Order: sequence, then C-alpha cells, then structure tokens
Amino acid sequence: MSDVTNGAMLKVENLSAFYGAARILYDLNFEVGRGEVVALMGRNGAGKSTTIKALMGMIAQRQGAVHFNGRDISRLKPFEIARLGLGFTPEDRRIFVDLTVTENLDIGRQPPRTFSDGTPAPTWSPEKLFALFPNLAEMPNRPGGRMSGGEQQMLTVARTLMGNPLLVLLDEPSEGVAPLIVEQMANTIIELKKEGLSILLSEQNVHFAQLVSDRVYMLEKGQIRWQGTMPQLAENVDVQRAYLTV
Amino acid sequence: MSSFLFQALNGLSAASGLFFVAAGLSLIFGVTRIVNIAHGSLYMVGTYIAYSFATVVGGMLGFWGGIIATAIIVGIIGAVIEVLLLRRIYRAPELFQLLATFALVLVINDATLWLWGPEDLLGPRAPGLRGAVEVLGRQLPTYDLFLIFIGPAVLIVLHFALARTRFGRLVRAATQDREMVSALGVNQAVLFTAVFALGSFLSGLGGALQVAREPANLAMDLTVIGDAFVVVVVGGMGSITGAYLAAVLIAEVKALCIAIGVVDFGGFSVNFSKMTLVAEFLVMAVVLIARPYGLLGREQGAVRSVAEPEEPIRPATRGLKLAGVTVLAVLIYMPLIAQDSPYVLVLGVDVLIAVLFAASLHFIMGPGGMHSFGHAAYFGLGAYGTALLVKWLAAPMLLGLAAAPLLALLGALLFGWFAVRLSGVYLAMLTLAFAQIVWAAVFQWEGLTGGSNGVVGVWPTAPFDTRETFYLLTLALAVIGVLLLRRFLFAPFGYAMRAGRDSPLRAEAIGIDVKRVHWLAFAIAGAVCGVGGGIFAFAKGSISPETIGVGRSIDGLVMVLLGGIQTLTGPIVGASVYATLQDTIMRQTEFWRAMLGGIILLLVLAFPSGIVGALAKFAPRRKDQP
Amino acid sequence: MSDLSIRSLSKAFGGVRAVNEVSFEVKRGEFLAMIGPNGAGKSTCFNMINGQLAPDSGSIWFEEKNLTGLVPRDIWRLGVGRTFQVTATFGSMTVAENVQMALISHAGETFRLWKPAASRHRERALDLLHQVGMHEAADRPSRELAYGDVKRIELAIALANDPRLLLMDEPTAGMAPRERNDLIALVKRLVVERGISVLFTEHSMDVVFAFADRIIVLARGKLIADGNAKSIRDNPQVREVYFGTGKTFARAGAAT
Repeated sequence: MSDVTNGAMLKVENLSAFYGAARILYDLNFEVGRGEVVALMGRNGAGKSTTIKALMGMIAQRQGAVHFNGRDISRLKPFEIARLGLGFTPEDRRIFVDLTVTENLDIGRQPPRTFSDGTPAPTWSPEKLFALFPNLAEMPNRPGGRMSGGEQQMLTVARTLMGNPLLVLLDEPSEGVAPLIVEQMANTIIELKKEGLSILLSEQNVHFAQLVSDRVYMLEKGQIRWQGTMPQLAENVDVQRAYLTV
Repeated sequence: MSSFLFQALNGLSAASGLFFVAAGLSLIFGVTRIVNIAHGSLYMVGTYIAYSFATVVGGMLGFWGGIIATAIIVGIIGAVIEVLLLRRIYRAPELFQLLATFALVLVINDATLWLWGPEDLLGPRAPGLRGAVEVLGRQLPTYDLFLIFIGPAVLIVLHFALARTRFGRLVRAATQDREMVSALGVNQAVLFTAVFALGSFLSGLGGALQVAREPANLAMDLTVIGDAFVVVVVGGMGSITGAYLAAVLIAEVKALCIAIGVVDFGGFSVNFSKMTLVAEFLVMAVVLIARPYGLLGREQGAVRSVAEPEEPIRPATRGLKLAGVTVLAVLIYMPLIAQDSPYVLVLGVDVLIAVLFAASLHFIMGPGGMHSFGHAAYFGLGAYGTALLVKWLAAPMLLGLAAAPLLALLGALLFGWFAVRLSGVYLAMLTLAFAQIVWAAVFQWEGLTGGSNGVVGVWPTAPFDTRETFYLLTLALAVIGVLLLRRFLFAPFGYAMRAGRDSPLRAEAIGIDVKRVHWLAFAIAGAVCGVGGGIFAFAKGSISPETIGVGRSIDGLVMVLLGGIQTLTGPIVGASVYATLQDTIMRQTEFWRAMLGGIILLLVLAFPSGIVGALAKFAPRRKDQP
Repeated sequence: MSDLSIRSLSKAFGGVRAVNEVSFEVKRGEFLAMIGPNGAGKSTCFNMINGQLAPDSGSIWFEEKNLTGLVPRDIWRLGVGRTFQVTATFGSMTVAENVQMALISHAGETFRLWKPAASRHRERALDLLHQVGMHEAADRPSRELAYGDVKRIELAIALANDPRLLLMDEPTAGMAPRERNDLIALVKRLVVERGISVLFTEHSMDVVFAFADRIIVLARGKLIADGNAKSIRDNPQVREVYFGTGKTFARAGAAT
C-alpha cells in the first residue's frame, strides 16, 4: 500500500465529479504529504469546494482513486472516511445552531487513532481546544446560532479536531470573517502543522495561502492548471492574475 | 362549571395518546425527513397486540407487562420497516416516500384484518386501576388519571434524553444537518434506524395504553394519523414540547365542545358535541394564521421537492390532436359498439370519473407543484353536495350536479387558503388532514348525511336514466373538464402557476402573487374534481363516507404517478389504466388493500427516482448509440 | 435628485449585526457599485431593499415612496427591477416564455385563463432578447443555457417592466473575466440609453473601477467609504479590509 501512495498522506488520481449531467471536475491528480499544508486555489466556481466534498465522499457521482493513509477511500461513505481520520470543515461552517459549543464539540468526538506507520496521531479534548481557541472557552454553553461568524469559524475547526484527524480538509477558512479572525485562523493552521497534521485547504486569498501553505494547486473550470511551491506562486504574478481575482 | 373541569380532565387523558404518536412522527421526520403516514398504523397495531397480551396472558403481567412488551415489539417492527423499506428510498422524491409509507398503511391494515379479524376488540380494564376516584363530584376512572400523568412524564423523559445524552445530541444535530453529522464520523444508517425504532416505540406505547379505554378497530390507523398531522402542524414540526402543547390544546377544545353539549340560540339548537372536528379545524386555522410554522416550530428551509427537469409545454401536435379525436370518436360510439356487454359502459363511467379526479389532481401537483394528499375532500364535497340537494330538497338532477362543483369550489377555497401557505410534506400533511376532516364531518353529522350509512336513492332522472345517456353525459363532462384544465395551462394563468413552482423568488420579483395564483389553481382543481364526485353519486345511486376516504386520494396519486407527472396526457392514461385494473382485478380479493399497497411498494422500489426519471435515464443512452 | 435613498438601515440575525445603520443614496441615472468582503452585509442590504427581508430599523425610499416593509412584487410594480446572485429562471419554459411571463405580469394579465400565453407579447420579448443578444436562443428551454447566457436572460427579464431602478446582486459571479466585462458593458449601455439608475454588488475590481460612477464600501455591516474609484483605491481602511495588502498577516507570519 505504501508503494501505491509513495508515502503521501493523501494521493488523488484522476478524480472527476458530476452534478447530474454537468461535469464539475476533470481528472484531478494531486497529493498531500504527511505534515504538509497544501492549498487548492482558484476563483469562485473553479471547483475547490467540489474537490473537497468529493474527497469526503459527499458527492455521489465521482470517479477516480483516492488513497488516504494507505487506504483506498474512493468508494466509502462520508462517515467511514471520517472514521479513518479525514477531518472536514465546510466553507459555510455548518455549526449545529441549536447545540451549545460543548455539545457541538461532542458531536465531533471520535476515538484516538494512529498513522499507518503506527505512530499515534495528536489527540484533542475540549480543554486542549479551549486553550487553542480562547474565545470558545469563554462561551462553552452558548448555542451555535448565537455566535458571530468568526466564532463559528473557530468552532467548526475545533469540532473537526475532536475527531483526532490525521489530515484536515479546510474549505475556505478565511472566507467571510473579519481580518482578526483570519489572522487567528492562520495561526491555528501553523499550530496544527506543528502538531504533525496534514492540511488541504481551499483558498482564494493569495496572502493567506502564502502565510500558511507549502505548495499550491491552481484550479480553473474543474482542472488543475498550474502547480508549484508557495514561493513560486508568490513570484509568479502572471499565474496569480490568470487564475485568481487579483 | 364542574362539568367543564371534569371534561377538561378527560381531555388531558386523551391528549397523552395523541402526544405519543405526534412526538414519534415529529422525531422521525426531523432526522430522516420522511413523513411516516404509517405511524397511525403502528399505533393501531399497538392496541391490537396489547389486547392479545391482556386477554391471552391475562392478569397483571398480561396487561402491564403486555403494554411494555407491545411498545418494544412495535419499536422492532419500526426498525425492520426502516431497514427493509425506507433505507432504500431516502434519496427518492418526497412524493414517492409518502406513497411508500401509505402503501405500508394498506399492507398493515390488511395484515391486522387477517390476524385479528374485522370485529372491534375491547380489552379488559387495567388490573390495579379498575376503580374510580371522585373528582368534582363525579367518578373519574383511575386509569384516566394515570393517563393524564403518563403524558407529561414521557415528555420530561424525552426532553432530558434529547438534552443530556449523546444519542439526543446526535438526534438534534441530525435534525438540522444530517450530512454534516455523517461527515463527522457518525453512521447515519444506525442513527436513522434507532430514531425510527424510538418513534415506533412511542406510537406502540400510545396505542397499547388505549387498550383499556377504547376498542381496537381497523379505522384507527387513519383517524389517528389525521389527528397526529394536525397536532404536529399546530405544535410545530420537530418540537416535542410543541407536540404536547398542541395535543393538549386540541384535546381540550374537543372536550370543551362535548361539555357545552346542546345549546339553544333562540329557537335554534346547536349540538356542540357534534362539532369536535370543526373545532379541531378552527384551532389549526387560528394557529396557522398567527404562526405559520406552528406554536413552537421554526421556519424550515425550502422543502418543496426539486422536480426532474421538465420540458416546455407545446401545443398539441397534429398527431396528438388526431389521436385525441379518434379516441373521442370511439368513446362516443361506445354505446353502439358495446351493445352486447353493458358492463363496458359502467366501467367507462368509472374510468371517466377517475380521469376527472386524476386530471384535476395533476393540475395542482404537476404545474402547481403542490402535492395534495387529500384531493378526495373535493370529490366528497361534490358527491355529498349533489346527493344532499337531491335528497333533502328533491332538486332536479342537473341542478344537483351543478351544486357539485360549487360546494367543492367553496371547500377548496377555504382549505386552499391554508394549503398554499405551506409546501412539500407540510402541504401533503395539511391536505390529508383536511380530507380527514371532511370525511369525519360527514361521518359525524348523522342527521344530515346519514352517517356511516350514507345517502341512498340518488338516481339519475330522464333523459339520463338509461345506461347509454348517462355514459354520454359523463363523457361530455369529462371532456369539457379536461379541455378546460388544458386551456388554463396554456393561458397566462397556467404559465404563472409553473413560474411560481419553478422559482417562487423570481416569480415574486416580477410581480406575480404566487400564493394567490396557486390558491386559484387549488380552487379550480377542487371544482373540477367536485364534478367527478357529483357524477359518482348518480352513477352509484348512493354515497357513503367510505367512498370519499383517504384511499381515494391515494388512488388519484397513483394514477398521476403511473401516467407520469410531467406530461399533460399522463394523468388521463394513468387514470384509465388504474381504474380498469381496480374494477377488474382488485375487486376479486378481500385483501385488495394489501394488493394495492404491494403494487405501490413495487413501483417505488423499482423506480426510486420516479417512473419518468427511470425512463429519462435510458433516453440519453439511446441517443449516444450510433 | 436622488432616486433611491437608504436611511439608517439595520438588521441583526441572532445577535449578530449584519447591517448596521447604513445610509446612502443612488442618484438618477447613476451606476453605483457596492463592494465589501464576504459577510460584510451586502446581500442582507440588498434583500432589504428588494423586499425579501424586513429591516429591524431604518427606511428605504424610492422616488419619494417608502418601500420599507413592502413585499418584492409591490416593489417591482413601483418600477424596480432586479437580477439574482444565483440565477433564477423558469426552467420549464423557453427563453422567450421567461421574458413573456414578466411582460404578462407587467401588463396585469397573470390571471387571464383563456388566450394562450405563448402568443402574448412575443414581439416585445424577442425585442428585449435581441437587445441582450439572446434572440437566437428564444425557443430553447432556459435550463439548457450556459451560465453566462442565463445572466443575459435575467437582464432581459429585469428590463421587462421598464424599471427606473435596477438592483443587481453580483451580476457577474461565476463568469470568466472576458464575459464579465461584456455583460457589464452591455448593462451600462442599456441603462444609459434608458436613463435607469443601477445599484450593483460586484467582486471583480476591474469591472467596478472601469464602469461604476461611484463606489460604496461595506465592512462588517457598516458603510466605511463612499466615493469615486480613485478615492476608494487610495482609502487605507478599504485597502485593509478588502484589497488585502498582506499587512494583516504580518504579525501572524512573524509568530512562526
């Protein structure tokens, strides 16, 4: 198995996705190494969110192979994928508005797990997460629906971490939140990387991506049009102009 | 005054059973998004099973142990239903899910008939609670007192289970966003089965507790589900506390009506105890006007089902016109063609009545996007309007027939005003509840309608008193009805109906009053259906509550789906095929309900995306082939 | 003379102030852009102006008439057209029928039951489609069209009631850069010809700077800037919340 994936945490081969008759993704190939932060970039409608949902098994019509931590997950259901240690934070946050902060965290709770080489993955508890997100510690009993957008953004990441994931899919973490929260999100991602987690994030904001990610895949109309390291993208104004709203 | 209070206590004890069913229904809908019409059937089965325990095992153990055992057994039945049937149709269109659970109603009803027979079965009185306590100078059975307390007790237990346990948190989370719950590693399948089992357990418990209070009978399933729908709509979908409040409110209003009894209004005497169903309707009306999502409910996201893409409508092609004229010519000459087999004309009348029913139902379901599960109400209003006019005022036949669409129109205007404010399953539930109210009003108002015996002696008069002329009259009315509906659909009004269905937001943004358009559509469909009811009364010479029950509404739905909801000719074909089948094959067996249910289940399981959807899947592949 | 006047508009959702005391005006014939980061309150603001949401406080005036609390169809009848962020056409109708439906409604013929709709106002519908360059697709089902074409149909629908004010919520979202410019250029040409005022939200700065007469900026529910392209471009506060100088992240970067 490790031969197939070449040691990558996540290896995607020829991933395609469809909504009804419309094809959204065209044979995507990419990978995320262990402890690596990779950004999927592109404009609205380029296919970033669809890619993440397809990885998570949330799009029924998909093709291609997805290897995660040494397992083929391309035919699994979302809950089976989540139980293998793939965490998902959706772009629209999808906080349970009737449940309190603590209850939201409890929904995400899963047993500790290990990497395919046997080393234990970082584990998370509400206490540890409250230390990482001090805002949340101040409102453990507040219903999700009564929180600001930024607080919800923190909660959705914390909720995913309660599942002790090996790799986190972060869909548009900087979208629609105040600059201060964006800054906190960047810090959080850097913290998680230090803990040994891998992260695949979708992002439009090149400044944010620059701050946190190692490598970039550029999407347009459901295809990967460019790939490279973050410094390479930072220097390449043409690519930025062609595929991003700059 | 004491009589009022005493009746109020009676109301509270009645509220408990209703609350159990409604709470289960609400829980299941919240998590699975399926409205389980068979929930009343589980309640009924609960009463029957508890009866068997109480009489076969007997004693303290048979009664009280039996009630617990019954609830568990019904819970298991629910789990089996979920695993074997519902799990396969979670992704099917909403309409198919509703039909599937209705098919279950039919199958369970016949299974109960087969197991326990047709007689009403009254269980023994509760061992240990046989006595009565004196309340306000009257004797209140101890068992009723027990029921008064068990309702709130279960409410409290449920409330804490939902608030404090992980299962409860999962249920609440899944009620909001089940896909997200699954992306966090929770196995939906297990959760759904568990919730379905819990809901069924509650319903079984409610049914079992009734064993000492009212006889088990085969009509309980639909009576109970009708009441439960009203309770859930009034209380607010998804709110357990709302369900209890609504159950109490409705039971109390009914009890109040009984307590008032007969009152003289300067010569007019009104018997309020016969008005319980009207009162139930009024409560619902008031609540829905003040709070469209129920007492404790919350606005739901768009639940109107996303239909398969539909082709723009085009005027009939030359081929279709030719076919139509040919069929019409054959139908006109039918009395001559079928001279030797008079039964053909009887069948022909049945088919034409079915066509009126299905075409008018399709009018609101297809282009209007409103899935009515209670179209029989307007059929019934038409039939009774005609029959009563002929019987009580000795009206001539054609005047009687003219009353049919008028009364149906009035009913559709009244009910439609509420119905168009809801969509999707809420609309389905509300229309079904309205139809139940019409049915029950006819049933209860014995003095006027003859109750369960119905109205008899409604025969056509000259020149329509021969089989041939009556057939031709029916044909004329059916053709006029169908062509009128078709004309409306091609007119601006029909376009506005579809506009409101395709994109209510856009329709409102170009000045279309979508609710008003759909309201008028509802009224038109009701009136046309009423014509069918009027003819039906004359065709059979009588009309009784059982012919206007929920079964007829569902027959109509099956006809529309058989023919295909997206074509204008579909309902005509569907009605013809179905009515013919019904008149020929299904009359042969006592267990026709189970047979009909089986056919529906087969249809739903074989074509989970709808018949048209199934056909559409093949269509593009054919195109691809060289 | 001002066409649309927004006065101290506020709206909160569950304690979060989505729109906070926003006031601005759209002058007759003006092409006004509203910009701001996601979640700034643009859509909420829009939905209050077009009647989909009721404001908590504040008022909306159009040609001396108070629109506050009116439903969308009444606002439309007063001469306000709109297009949607997520395209919304009548999928079961042809392109021409979509426009005809709006014309039928404008003529007050919605409840006519007899004369077929397909023949009503067809010439006028084709004329409108011609103006947006979609006349050749007139008899195709609208759901078959490409995204950019649907946007054009929406524009034709929005023009059907001869509006004096046009509200466009992200008219070019999801379009390629070239398509965006074409569409906005088309809008600009049509509204200048007819003297229509336009309020639109937009993500593409190229489009905004090239076409807008004036720009207002929303951030976290508040109006933080109002002016021409140059003054907005040079406004430090706007740069910080919207254009992303990268300065915001300097500290976070230093922390690593």
